[in-house]
Amino acid sequence: MTTNPTTPVVPLATDLQDERLIRTEGFKGAIKVGVNRVRGGDLGVLPIIVGLLVIWTIFQALNPFFLSSANLVNLLLESAAVGVIALGIVCVLLVGEIDLSVGSVSGLSAAIVGVSFIKLGWPIGLAVLTALAAGALIGLVYSLVYTKFGVPSFVITLAGLLGFLGVQLFVLGVEGTINLPFDSFLVWFGQQAFVPAWLSYVLAALGVAGFFLSQLTLSRQRVKNGLSGRPMRLVVIQTVVLAVILFFAVWYLNQTRGVGWMFVFFAALVLVMHYAFTRTQWGRSVYAVGGNREAARRAGISVNRIYVSIFVLCSTFAAIGGMLAAGRLAASAQSSGTGDVNLNAIAAAVIGGTSLFGGRGSAFSALLGILVIQSISSGLTLLNLESSFRYMITGLVLLLAVILDAVSRKSRTSHGRA
Amino acid sequence: MSTVSAERTETAAPVLSMRGVSKHFGAVAALTDIALDVHAGEVVALVGDNGAGKSTLVKILAGVHPQDAGTVNFDGKDVTIHTPVDSIQLGIATVFQDLALCDNLTVVDNLFLGRELGPWRLNEVEMEVQSWKLLRQLSAKIPSVRIAVASLSGGQRQTVAIARSLLGSPKLIILDEPTAALGVAQTAEVLNLVERLRENGLAVIMISHNMQDVQAVADRVAVLRLGKNNGTFRMKDVSTDDLIAAITGATDNVVTQRAAQSGAAAAASTAGTAGPDGTAGPDGTTRASEGAAEPGAADGPAGPAGMGGPGGGSMPPGQPDGNADQPGSGAVPEEGNVP
Ligand SMILES: Nc1ncnc2c1ncn2[C@@H]1O[C@H](COP(=O)(O)OP(=O)(O)O)[C@@H](O)[C@H]1O
Ligand SMILES: [Mg+2]
Repeated sequence: MTTNPTTPVVPLATDLQDERLIRTEGFKGAIKVGVNRVRGGDLGVLPIIVGLLVIWTIFQALNPFFLSSANLVNLLLESAAVGVIALGIVCVLLVGEIDLSVGSVSGLSAAIVGVSFIKLGWPIGLAVLTALAAGALIGLVYSLVYTKFGVPSFVITLAGLLGFLGVQLFVLGVEGTINLPFDSFLVWFGQQAFVPAWLSYVLAALGVAGFFLSQLTLSRQRVKNGLSGRPMRLVVIQTVVLAVILFFAVWYLNQTRGVGWMFVFFAALVLVMHYAFTRTQWGRSVYAVGGNREAARRAGISVNRIYVSIFVLCSTFAAIGGMLAAGRLAASAQSSGTGDVNLNAIAAAVIGGTSLFGGRGSAFSALLGILVIQSISSGLTLLNLESSFRYMITGLVLLLAVILDAVSRKSRTSHGRA
Repeated sequence: MSTVSAERTETAAPVLSMRGVSKHFGAVAALTDIALDVHAGEVVALVGDNGAGKSTLVKILAGVHPQDAGTVNFDGKDVTIHTPVDSIQLGIATVFQDLALCDNLTVVDNLFLGRELGPWRLNEVEMEVQSWKLLRQLSAKIPSVRIAVASLSGGQRQTVAIARSLLGSPKLIILDEPTAALGVAQTAEVLNLVERLRENGLAVIMISHNMQDVQAVADRVAVLRLGKNNGTFRMKDVSTDDLIAAITGATDNVVTQRAAQSGAAAAASTAGTAGPDGTAGPDGTTRASEGAAEPGAADGPAGPAGMGGPGGGSMPPGQPDGNADQPGSGAVPEEGNVP
């Protein structure tokens, strides 16, 4: 005001008043912020979107059935079970811990449902609740061992990996495999339940409207309180992009069987966890514990309670994933939850962009990461390649993701975004 | 001992009263039989050499690690502070020497950590508005509150940590070396703030190695030496000499020797040359030789004068040598206009 008479007297938003702040108002500013962010190592979902496009292009070139509606419907259904398990892994990674036993816990959960529902003849609801309770209990035990004795989580859960595989085999007994009837809820949910076409469009519309309205109200509220709003054009463009992607995907999937309820269930869990992580005090505490545990403790956060909630959530998600997998397979088998389930779930979370170093990541990384892994798996199956290749390629992608995580962490440190 | 403030503090019960507090880490007795009183509306400076146990005392009050022995009485009640939550709930706010911020979270997130508005639906807008208000009060130079704390400078982080302690309404604020990482203007702001806290009737414990800062704001000084009480002084009654003797444990020590040397040097040449030899080191130590002549006198005007200015106002005391390590701003007082 005193030095430059041409300065407009329009009051500047409270958060934009520092003169060192590079002007980032409006649409162009927002783009610039995005570019700078990526340069600074805050890659967000960019690498994974690019990776997904590359993978899809390659497999489509090798086998034109890959991107067909029928195959994508299947791919999404296949994603749900391990995706839910990966959501649990995101939880533990956010606090800088790990759970190596999610595969065994999912297998145990499948076994519990199979035995209680078929052999003991319990109602399906009770069988499901029992499996859920078992998952939660396992998480509780982990967290108590972790908080009371300070044993590293990877050792506790390694013990769990072995131990609960044993329990799974014990529960299943001599026969080893329990088939679930095709008219049971679980199998229907895993194989036959598709959202009616009209409802899938309604859901997509609700999603788009929800996004737009939340952005709009947030922006309005900020402006009302003297802060900078989000540029309207950017919000509109984001909404349109989201709408195009969602509606096209729904339309394309509806060309054949449509969107599976199981995938919708997974997506809903992702949205719920996203809300919990970003919009609740609990979520903020989770990030704080993952970023600086001692600082979180001194801020009055009950760190142990956060660990308990996280481990319980992770094992419960594993139990849910195990039941979804059993429904998909129409059986609880000795092989349920074994093999690559564990590693795929962990790989999905990391590939999706949740850091192994704690305090950084999002619920969406479970969704994006599992899509990458299932795409590779589905593509290689279509090419009639055996699982040896699937392991090698998934391993390679995981390695790339971890390198990206470490490199962007370094870059963030040097750009002051750690 | 019979000044006005002394009457006040002696009639009212102290907010905080520690007796016989001890703490050891393995074989190291970090604190032995410590007693400390702090009254409402009083600033107590806690001084002592490195390793004297100041931070340990702070951490006991903050619930970071409980004491091994002794009692803590807060607000008239004997209390046990086992966890940081206990401490916060009592109304003790602490700014730790190591700051304890979450690097991966933004400034707003850190300010409201543990007391977010709207636990089930965070009110981000309100938190951001309050953050700006608070940071403006502290004249904090933080470009954006939506950037990760990792990208802030040491001083900015310090300001965030101090701002954090003011949220909520504490009865006792503990500042562990709050000005160590701060620039000239910010130091003045923090000292201003400490005075405002006192005016608002809060009890303040401030740890500092900077005797100027201590003299500028403290009502009393408690000296720790090797984990033991080594005297409590009313600021008005004590000379810097005595304080340093209490801190180092001897009247004849490196600090006084060095002060004597530079004092001699100052006497030999003009007083102005003592300043420029910049490295002269420990603030306020050189003053020990001269300051003794006019102990409390210089402090009176120093506070307001030093505080008032918008920037560069952190040269409180009127002593010439005090400026030895202060950057720029040429506040060479009396002698300055001689040449
Ligand atoms: N967590 C700890 N573990 C072991 N020893 C400690 C710990 N914290 C402080 N000490 C010891 O206690 C003594 C006092 O330290 P501190 O309170 O940090 O001193 P000051 O803050 O006065 O410089 C030192 O000898 C230090 O080594
Ligand atoms: Mg210290």
